[in-house]
Amino acid sequence: MSPIIIAIIVLGASALVFAAIIFGVEKQFKVIEDPRIDEVAEALPGANCGGCGFAGCRAFAETIVKNESLEGMFCPVGGNDLTAEIAAVMGLEAEEKAPQVAVLRCNGSKKHTPEKFIYEGAQSCAFANNLSAGPGGCPNGCLGLGDCVESCEFNAMYMDEETGLPVIIEDNCVSCGACVKACPRNIIELRNKGKKSRRIFVSCVNTEKGAIAKKNCEVACIGCGKCVKACAYDAIVLENKVAYIDFEKCRLCRKCVTECPTGAIIELNFPPRKVKEEESSNETNV
Amino acid sequence: MSLLTVSGSPHVHDKDNVTRIMRIVILAMLPAFLMSAWMFGMGAVKVFAVSIAACILFEWLIQKFLLKGKSTIGDYSAIVTGMLLAFNVPSNLPIWILIIGALIAIGIGKMSFGGLGKNPFNPALVGRVFLLISWPVQMTSWPKPLGIASPLTDVITGPTPLGILKESGNVVDAMGNPAMPDYVQMFTGQMAGSVGEISAIALLIGVAILLLTRVITWHIPVSMILGAVLFSGALWMVDPTMFVDPIFHLLTGGMLLGAFFMATDMVSSPMTKWGMLIFGFMIGVLTILIRTFGAYPEGVSFAILIMNAFVPLLNKIKPKRFGEEVKNG
Amino acid sequence: MLKTFKLGGVHPAENKLSEHKAIEAIEAPEKIYVPLGQNLGAPSVAIVQKGDKLKTGQLIAKGEAFISASLHSPVSGTVEKIDTHVDASGYRRDTIIINREGDEWEEGIDLSKDLIKEITASSEEIIEKVKACGIVGLGGATFPTHVKLMIPKDKKAEYLIINAVECEPYLTADHQLMLEKGDEILVGVQILMKAIKVDKAIIGIENNKPDAIEHMNKVASNFAGITIQGLKVKYPQGAEKQLIKACVNREVPSGKLPIEVGCVVQNVGTAFAVYEAVQKNKPLIERIVSVTGKNISKPSNFQARVGTPISLLLEKAGGMPEDTGKIINGGPMMGKAINSIDIPVTKGCSGILLMDKKEALRATEYNCVRCGRCTTVCPMGLEPFLLGLAGENLNWEIAEKENIMDCIECGSCQFTCPSGRPLLDNIRLGKYKVGQIIRNRKN
Repeated sequence: MSPIIIAIIVLGASALVFAAIIFGVEKQFKVIEDPRIDEVAEALPGANCGGCGFAGCRAFAETIVKNESLEGMFCPVGGNDLTAEIAAVMGLEAEEKAPQVAVLRCNGSKKHTPEKFIYEGAQSCAFANNLSAGPGGCPNGCLGLGDCVESCEFNAMYMDEETGLPVIIEDNCVSCGACVKACPRNIIELRNKGKKSRRIFVSCVNTEKGAIAKKNCEVACIGCGKCVKACAYDAIVLENKVAYIDFEKCRLCRKCVTECPTGAIIELNFPPRKVKEEESSNETNV
Repeated sequence: MSLLTVSGSPHVHDKDNVTRIMRIVILAMLPAFLMSAWMFGMGAVKVFAVSIAACILFEWLIQKFLLKGKSTIGDYSAIVTGMLLAFNVPSNLPIWILIIGALIAIGIGKMSFGGLGKNPFNPALVGRVFLLISWPVQMTSWPKPLGIASPLTDVITGPTPLGILKESGNVVDAMGNPAMPDYVQMFTGQMAGSVGEISAIALLIGVAILLLTRVITWHIPVSMILGAVLFSGALWMVDPTMFVDPIFHLLTGGMLLGAFFMATDMVSSPMTKWGMLIFGFMIGVLTILIRTFGAYPEGVSFAILIMNAFVPLLNKIKPKRFGEEVKNG
Repeated sequence: MLKTFKLGGVHPAENKLSEHKAIEAIEAPEKIYVPLGQNLGAPSVAIVQKGDKLKTGQLIAKGEAFISASLHSPVSGTVEKIDTHVDASGYRRDTIIINREGDEWEEGIDLSKDLIKEITASSEEIIEKVKACGIVGLGGATFPTHVKLMIPKDKKAEYLIINAVECEPYLTADHQLMLEKGDEILVGVQILMKAIKVDKAIIGIENNKPDAIEHMNKVASNFAGITIQGLKVKYPQGAEKQLIKACVNREVPSGKLPIEVGCVVQNVGTAFAVYEAVQKNKPLIERIVSVTGKNISKPSNFQARVGTPISLLLEKAGGMPEDTGKIINGGPMMGKAINSIDIPVTKGCSGILLMDKKEALRATEYNCVRCGRCTTVCPMGLEPFLLGLAGENLNWEIAEKENIMDCIECGSCQFTCPSGRPLLDNIRLGKYKVGQIIRNRKN
């Protein structure tokens, strides 16, 4: 027999054996997976940002298919369109959710909250927060080391060198909430985008007494409660010496903005006022 | 009163830093450089100057125009790379080849990984090996050491002791003298070879500086030499007519230069003591393996690069933890 | 024979500027700030109100939680108010503010200087007394001492180890205390021995204090069961686990307490405080503070009442130098940088160190050059570069896998790093996060 024929026989036989093994293993260990998981996962953005509260897009898809329900399952990146798409795949009803955006509830820029000491060390808010109250002296204010910027997967944040505060780029923000989690001081909040992106919020979370807060930061909320009285819609509550505007109730009348003695309430994307007086809040940085 | 600084502890720092380490390394390489200038004349000085200048220039250019970061040439590491590259080439190497070598060393060997500290391989060796493979003739035509007054051009070239060994015979040079230098000549540096590798005594002075200033620890040099000596010794014991003795291996080629200055490069060597010992030992063994059985007469560069690739693996060797296993009494 | 621990360690410049400066008592100022959270664990709960008249040594706040300690009024006077005041970290904490009027002590406190050698109290009585007097670990960790003295039922203590190492550069409070109060300390040690029912005690002293070793040896010859162990100078020898390793060559297992190897470690200052509490009925209201620094005109060891503002200590030490760049509460290796001199001395304040502008700055930061020195110096045998990187990348799984919780935060890695990397900053963050994760997992 010529060597060629031997080679063909040997290789052919071994090919058959291996094919049989592969076939057997395939049959034996086949994982049956709902094909809809792939379909849902396909529809998802695939950024694995964790904004939905799951480890990644696939985990999110698996949970939807397993529970056969969209309840509490919302991908902030894809928004309502995506929910509709997933609903179609699953044969479920989609529920509309108001689009949201991240807002920075601190206006303690370098100008408003002068440094009382120099921080040196790891550029991490989480660490600096454990170390001290921060150069501004405010125990609740922005530390300006950019953990939120670091956490943003969508290029929607950057650090303003001049103010030392992060800036949220509204058009890029998908309200995934990564920055909310990254901030050790819970300054960033997801709020409804509002009509024409108009929003009003208290840009301060300081819970210290008014006098102390004001000493550290000139635009701090001092908990005076003037805005609460001014609001005709019961949208503002004063808790822990700091005011909070409920975005579900707020009708964007802007009365509170003019009422605030420190300029801690910020209005965004409104047309300029007809009144002549200059509002310090126009130079906000959100 | 001006502002106070607040930072986490510790608030004091050892006086040692990267720049100081690099400066000491440069200082430690100077004896070998002076020795080679003494042996090879202006050729060595020229190679040296060009290599350093090219390395600094390329690092600056890449940092400025490609990485767009702060200039890093202030940390002296480019100078060290330049010196090491010059040490690893013959003193009559054409300038343009040397500049390409510097570009490869800095550009590919170092900056492409993100600069100092990020490179898995020793940059100077990356440049050197690139040149050796690309221009083998120029990289292996060694000038004979004719002293400080050696001419810049038209030097007489001759093989290195390892080259002679590879040709396996008592090669005689043009004058009919035996080409193989004796051990004393080898020890002081009177032999053909790369700029920095010839003089064992100058390299020993250098390593003494490094050890005394605690820039390096003894682990890598000792284990590398041990690996080479044990392996070549074993071969020699088996058949002294086939294989040369360990002392020859130690004194020739880049063995000492590699053991003292290149394998000990912090960035591309393991972190833990045991990792370092295995790393050094394996370089020694591989060097002898390549020298004895490989196609190239010299194997230090390859051995170091091969072991560089194993460093991430060697870093898996964990140091002994406090309280890990309880032995009381 | 000198002993030391084996793994890692560094040798920072000692700079014991205030060495051999006699302890100088400082008169309390008109206004005293007593923070409620002065110990490790839960803060004390105030039992006085605005306007209350106080005597020196009177109980003003109770340690109600298991790990907590009581507080006593450091002066006699009136409670001005209970308000917030900045602490060493810059955050505001609840503080009792007292206006001083004279210095009238609570009855039953023995203020004489007589040495009382005879120990009449039983083990339980000692622990009760220590608890009542609000004694905490005075080395800086401020762990309530009575908790440490309560040996779990299934364990048995063999050795009492007294930490007189003072391995932190600059600090000299313990050194001076040993020279001046050697007898009292040794009686305190015997009280502690009785409390935990051991017959062997070892006092570990580094041999940069030869006079203290000699003095203590002389005094110790009158006391049974107490040995003085000279130790080679190496930081961090004062860390509990390292000290045990150095003195009795036992390794506390990872994640366990010293009692696991039959040891209880107490600071030498604590021993003195225990003496005063048990024999003299005096609560912990004052402590020795080294005020030091290269630019300080009069480096000193002060005996200051708790609640004295640091500014007063600086004044007594010759004033704060013009170019002060950093003020550290504690030693330079583990102390906390503070941003205000208005903060009060607390039970855990072992020293105030001033650094000038140049010293205050950290070393220039480079990329990690993978030299492995951090691994070599780590006294816990960890790989700080890996932990630091995990902290930087917020990778808590790796941090936990690499035993970040074993880190004792001694700072040797960052001290030695030639690239000047903020290793310990990142490791601290990692420890905090991994600690949270572990707690969440347990719940």
